[in-house]
Amino acid sequence: MGIRNINTQFFRGVMVTTEKNIRIYYTKAPVMIFGLLFPLFMFLSFYLGREINLYFFFPGLLAMSLFFTASSIGPLITPWEKQAGTFERLLSFPVSINTIILGDIAAGMIFGIFINVIVLIVGLVFFNYSINILFLLFGILFASFCFSSLGVLLASPSVRSPSHIMMFSSLIRFPLIFISGIFIPLESLQGGARVLAYFSPITYLVDIFNFSFKGESHISLIIDFTMLFVFSIIFIFLSNRFHKRNLMKGL
Amino acid sequence: MKKEHNNVIEANLLTKRFGNVTAVNQITFTVNKGEIFGFLGPNGAGKTTTIRVLTGLLTPDSGNAFIDGVNIKRNPIKAKMKMGVIPETGNIYVDLTAKQNVILAGKFYGIPGRELEKRANSLLEQFGLYDRKDDLVRTFSKGMKQRVNIASAIVHNPEILFLDEPTPGLDVQSQRLIRNIIKEMNQRGTTIFLTTHNIEEANILCERVAIINKGKIVVIDRPERLRRTFETTQSVEISFDKSIDDTLIGKSAGVNRIERLGDKWKLYTDNPDKLVKYLTKFAEGKDLTIVSMEICRASLEDAFVKFTESESYGN
Repeated sequence: MGIRNINTQFFRGVMVTTEKNIRIYYTKAPVMIFGLLFPLFMFLSFYLGREINLYFFFPGLLAMSLFFTASSIGPLITPWEKQAGTFERLLSFPVSINTIILGDIAAGMIFGIFINVIVLIVGLVFFNYSINILFLLFGILFASFCFSSLGVLLASPSVRSPSHIMMFSSLIRFPLIFISGIFIPLESLQGGARVLAYFSPITYLVDIFNFSFKGESHISLIIDFTMLFVFSIIFIFLSNRFHKRNLMKGL
Repeated sequence: MKKEHNNVIEANLLTKRFGNVTAVNQITFTVNKGEIFGFLGPNGAGKTTTIRVLTGLLTPDSGNAFIDGVNIKRNPIKAKMKMGVIPETGNIYVDLTAKQNVILAGKFYGIPGRELEKRANSLLEQFGLYDRKDDLVRTFSKGMKQRVNIASAIVHNPEILFLDEPTPGLDVQSQRLIRNIIKEMNQRGTTIFLTTHNIEEANILCERVAIINKGKIVVIDRPERLRRTFETTQSVEISFDKSIDDTLIGKSAGVNRIERLGDKWKLYTDNPDKLVKYLTKFAEGKDLTIVSMEICRASLEDAFVKFTESESYGN
């Protein structure tokens, strides 16, 4: 089998896995709850009863929405498939673990992008931004890939119950929101809090969005994109390691 | 030029460990092209681990496995393209329809759209599911789900089909249908590797069987030859018109073991003639009517029990 055939088989596997995920998992209750309702309620609890300038905070809220939506599919798929008994069948197809990982990431990415384009359009209708469309689109693309990769990594512990993984993923995802520059702008963070913010990939997306919507950036855009890419590579590498190690556990 | 391999499945000293447990211990065997090969063993003997290694789901700790000459460890995707797998715990997607499941499987093998549509319809027709093809699988019975499972596994016309316990818990009709499908596929040239608990199923379908116990292959032979190995152990199956106590059928007539099968008794003996004469007298003496009596030869099941008890062939 030549390299070309192997590549064709690999990309076909990724596409079919993505299609399967879209058909089955987009309408699952945990995706609705953790991907759509959570960011909405977080926004409402942040906004209601306070005098907040939404024009100023919209880029951060859009980043939070992208983070929740893109990372909501990944944690669900593998535990769900192990519980339903479909994972062994999936592995018996001509796919590798990398095919499955990338198919899961693509499904999360597409979900995140689709929902956030809607949120973005709503934002653009209400606020008069002069956006930098190129940076905005690349920011969404890089970040959705990164956040979706994190979602897939969160699915790697060997449990059969999706609810356990969803709880575990919330334990990781919420702190990443709070230490990023969404609720407190990066320039207002001091000392340790600011250092901590650099460990959240969301911080870099917020910076890209701030530049795209308002022309303000507190970190270099090259660093923002590089960091999102580096986080993605780390998440995929760890996903590969952990998923391989726990492949047959929970079957 | 493509090299033809007569041994389409080859396992060479395969070993798989899980921690301190050696699930599969240096097993070696081959399966010939076009053969139906049965893999029998008690629970926990290593059947599923073997099938998972042969199908590329698990990597062996040592040894090699070849699928039509392709090393499964080195080139799992190429090897997987040649096989269809019905895993023991492998369910289909209940949120998809029967047809969507078959089409999804076909897409993984790169079957073009129209051809795939045709094959999916034809398979669902063959499996008696065409009328339900657009229904979600969650509404199906266990037997119907297993039929969709098999249709999904053979949509690409595999050269080799692995079936891990395909019939337990299914109704008789589904069991028969699945056995017929296995036979038909085999007649069309597909090599079948079947693990089963059902000895009778192995007896009906398989040309050769391997018996595995505690991770080691105990014996590989044709079912009839295995059965004849224990020809000396025969039994008499008898049923009376009234219930009796097993202690009444003494061991004086050379009964080695007594088994109760519903309203019948199965008495194992080395000398069935002596036992039949004894039982006739016994019935007369106790004023019992013999409803049925039959001398049974050793079955493949008896051979299986003997082999897995003694652990090593010939010892």
